[in-house]
Amino acid sequence: MTVTEERTGTPEIGNRRLRKEDQRLITGRTRWTDNIILPGMLHAAMVRSPHAHAMVTGIDTEAARKAPGVVAVVTGADVKDGQGAVANAWPITADQKAPAHLPIVLDHVACAGEIVAVVVARTAAQARDAAELVDVDYDELPAVLDAKEAVDDAVLAHPDLGTNKSALWRLDSADQGSGGDVDEEIDKARAEGIVIEREIRQQRLIPSFMEPRSTVVDPTGEQITVWTSTQVPHILRFLIAATTGIPESKVRVIAPDVGGGFGGKLQTTAEEFATLAVARLVGKPVKYTETRSESLVSGHHGRDQYQKLTLAATKDGTVTALKVDLIANLGAYVGLVGGGVPVLGAWMYNAIYKFRAYRFTVQTVLTNTTWVDAYRGAGRPEATFAIERLMDDLAAEVGVDPLQIREQNWIRNDEFPFTSVAGMTYDSGNYEVATARAVELFDYEGLRREQSERRERKDPVQLGIGVSTFTEMCGLAPSRVLGALNYGAGGWEHASVRMLATGKVEVITGTSPHGQGHETAWSQIAADRLGVPFEDIEVLHGDTQIAPRGLDTYGSRSLVVGGEAVVRAADKVVEKAKVVAAHLLEASADDLEFSNGRFTVRGTDNGIGITEIATAQFTSHNLPAGFEPGIDADATFDPDDFSFPHGTHLCAVEVDTETGQTTMRKYVCVDDVGQIINPLIVEGQVHGGLLQGIAQALWEEAVFDDQGTLVTGSFVDYTLPTAADTISFVTENTTSPSTTNTLGTKGVGEAGSIASTPAVVNAVVDALRPLGVTDVQMPCTPKRVWKAIQSAGSVSDAATIDSAQPHFDPGAPNQDAPDTGTSTNGAGQ
Amino acid sequence: MIPASFDYLAPTSVADALSALAEAGDDVEVLAGGQSLLPILRMRLNAPDKVIDLGRIKELQGVSEDGDHVVIGAMTTYADVLASDLVRQHAGLLTDAIAEVADPQIRHRGTVGGALVHADPAGDVGAPALALDTEFVITGSGGERTVAAGDFFQDLFETAVGEGELLTAIRIPKHTGWGHRYEKFVRVSHQWSIVAVAATVRVDGGTIAEARIGLTNMGSTPLRATAVEQALVGKAATDEAVRDACAAAADGTNPPSDLNGDSDYRKHLATVLTRRAVLAAAGG
Repeated sequence: MTVTEERTGTPEIGNRRLRKEDQRLITGRTRWTDNIILPGMLHAAMVRSPHAHAMVTGIDTEAARKAPGVVAVVTGADVKDGQGAVANAWPITADQKAPAHLPIVLDHVACAGEIVAVVVARTAAQARDAAELVDVDYDELPAVLDAKEAVDDAVLAHPDLGTNKSALWRLDSADQGSGGDVDEEIDKARAEGIVIEREIRQQRLIPSFMEPRSTVVDPTGEQITVWTSTQVPHILRFLIAATTGIPESKVRVIAPDVGGGFGGKLQTTAEEFATLAVARLVGKPVKYTETRSESLVSGHHGRDQYQKLTLAATKDGTVTALKVDLIANLGAYVGLVGGGVPVLGAWMYNAIYKFRAYRFTVQTVLTNTTWVDAYRGAGRPEATFAIERLMDDLAAEVGVDPLQIREQNWIRNDEFPFTSVAGMTYDSGNYEVATARAVELFDYEGLRREQSERRERKDPVQLGIGVSTFTEMCGLAPSRVLGALNYGAGGWEHASVRMLATGKVEVITGTSPHGQGHETAWSQIAADRLGVPFEDIEVLHGDTQIAPRGLDTYGSRSLVVGGEAVVRAADKVVEKAKVVAAHLLEASADDLEFSNGRFTVRGTDNGIGITEIATAQFTSHNLPAGFEPGIDADATFDPDDFSFPHGTHLCAVEVDTETGQTTMRKYVCVDDVGQIINPLIVEGQVHGGLLQGIAQALWEEAVFDDQGTLVTGSFVDYTLPTAADTISFVTENTTSPSTTNTLGTKGVGEAGSIASTPAVVNAVVDALRPLGVTDVQMPCTPKRVWKAIQSAGSVSDAATIDSAQPHFDPGAPNQDAPDTGTSTNGAGQ
Repeated sequence: MIPASFDYLAPTSVADALSALAEAGDDVEVLAGGQSLLPILRMRLNAPDKVIDLGRIKELQGVSEDGDHVVIGAMTTYADVLASDLVRQHAGLLTDAIAEVADPQIRHRGTVGGALVHADPAGDVGAPALALDTEFVITGSGGERTVAAGDFFQDLFETAVGEGELLTAIRIPKHTGWGHRYEKFVRVSHQWSIVAVAATVRVDGGTIAEARIGLTNMGSTPLRATAVEQALVGKAATDEAVRDACAAAADGTNPPSDLNGDSDYRKHLATVLTRRAVLAAAGG
């Protein structure tokens, strides 16, 4: 028997553990999907449509079939409905229109990048070469790209549907009894208070995970095994069964190590289903790994909304009503939760403020653009941005400090639990403490002083200070709530704890980490609960055969829901072990105490370790009469309610008024994410999230030209920031334990990206308010900022130009020009 | 991102490279670091039959001194130029500009000659080369010829290097004691210049005695702001004097309009950046 280390008794929860998974993840010496090589494995390359909207009138595959190494060239006609479908799991209304989304199109192309044919060859290079030889004839159709234009139905993204409008969804506080009548309050404010009306453009973003998506399908065993770079192996397994007719028991999905997702891998993809289809057709293992260019155009995008907002307040700045009208661009198809993303924001526009009346309406529309779905925050960043921008504008209107207007309107600490005007019950929070600490760390007064000095001396470089006091809802999700919203699955999470004979422990989780550090954090939780050393715990995940029950990782749910399942499974282990301990110690179970991994008879030194009991149940030589050998346990946790983390973010930005360049000077955030399991992981989550949110404010925007071609189709033009573009953030935490789980945890995965965007834009606008600027459209590029200064507030002439500078010779031979002909070679990349 | 197949040749001397080039016919690309060519090939924007890699030709690498000139072999990497004391001392403007090129990985692979022949107007070495009156040594089967900076850049991606020829070295007249500054304007650090200004000036007793100014990405080639250069001569190195002289920096330019800015915005930036570059170069 292996001797296990003794526990020291220092709690693991709260310990700044280095992540145990980092060495293999950072060095790349691990099982990324693309690293998997199977005997006899073939390679797939996709032939993609360069057109945004077209009918495929002919596909000539003859030359490709004859190319060296080619095993098969598969078109939609070869697989038809048997290829399964890319499904929508959340019809937000009963009459939602969602066009069928086939992985390989049959004849109708609804966005650029759709798969028209798949080439399977012995090597990846042969597959790519042959893909160039597939000759596709297209009849181009007019494309609708912009969400506002889509509403008019003048050009249809899917002519068969007869409309671009997918669903109209509404939440009204008067209807549901959680507040008053919005129109009444707005009328009142128009007569005797303040009404602020704004339209905000949430630009389209591209979730740019580090590891491009990759899938390997092995159809040769009794079960089909699918390795894939996904956040949702369990959902994929279910949907493969549900849409292809393959029995669920014949499908095993494995998400090995996955290099980031940010919601971008919260999807079942055309590429996964196409690879599955061709592997089944040829009867051999097939790998497909996308290029970055393919990823940018064919992985789902995020955001892309128009937000029309009306905020009503009394003269002194006390908010009364908020009306939100959204148009959300879903792209060409309704993704897994695509229609639901704006709806997830519905409960968050009122944020931490005590509105009396609220109405949220979203019209989702289909267009001939890449489909849009969850991206870090999913609905909540859009909501938070809108309200935090409005609160700054309200402060300016009333003539008070933006922090003061917030304090005047927020939920006081003594008012928790608080039921919001949208009908959500906020579990806990302390906005006063977080804000006070942030103000102190930021040197708010000092920077305000510097700001007024720069204003006085008309410094060409002005200073702006931006505030964002955000909250979000985490812990997707109580299954009853999802049921009420017509979501196609539950929101529970599952865990198993296996006590091995050698004293080691396996924790199996149904969550599916892709960079979050679950292996470390779950080990910390189980170590404390079971009293075994951190090092003795192995966390297993992401394989439907090892972790058969699970609902995967997204929406800041893993710790709050999945972590709680680990707690409950571990507690069951302790309960089972206690029976054996009482037997072996010849004591009554009631007289036993459990602490630091040992059961002791109260008041004596007589005791036994839980790992010794694991060994005892393995040998089963001496167990209580009738005791079924084994102390392993499973638990499924379905939360009763959400948790509501919050934080105060303060940002100082220098704006060079001569060029429009923005330079971040200082960023401070104090987040309350409830009980912290590992402070180092929390810092990492916050840092990464901040930069992603700042990137929406300053740098990133997916741009299509008027043909529907993605102009920002590489990282040359999709300007993703790097470490060189950012500053050191100051992050701290306050703690109001959640009351919706026993650990007291809230979510932290999306906090940074939700909170930071408005803090940055508020800072940019704050710097320029004396110059008459009241808004700058995102991303606040130097050009937009400069033009806003020139036109003192009007930004109408600062639209993004939809062409990129060619850095490579445009006249080079063999270059496809997608928009000049109706017949092209297939690569489209 | 797999290129179409091609034949790969790696000569070890200029003579071998020239004969390989002569034999290769039309459909050939010269690999000189590959930081632009490889993306082109991988994205299949080009699919040449042959690629001739100059990376193993030692005689094309290195920085040396030749009387009044600093000589840089065409295959010297950005990183090696950046580390060169000779360049820093006598052509500091080039050092400044190269420090702003992309990121360390690219600077360790990319070469100065490769970038100059690629002739992307948004690239960072063209404008300082122009401002420093660099001479371009071009070698073909008939031997060497030298082209003046003003004649080297001919159009977008087009230079004086003809078919069957190679750029083998650049010769930079020493600007010892001149002040210098490369003002690069980007949104994210690893980007091509939206606009950049290369300025080097000789200050004598608080007055600008001579000035050389090159503009990056203000047209289809790197440009020389000669009117500003002339206007600066004899001016005090003060904000006001320089501001006036630099007001015309964008006159006669025709910069592109794209995602990062329109033509008018670039013209505005050029005047602001020229003033800042000149003032910094003059130590003001």
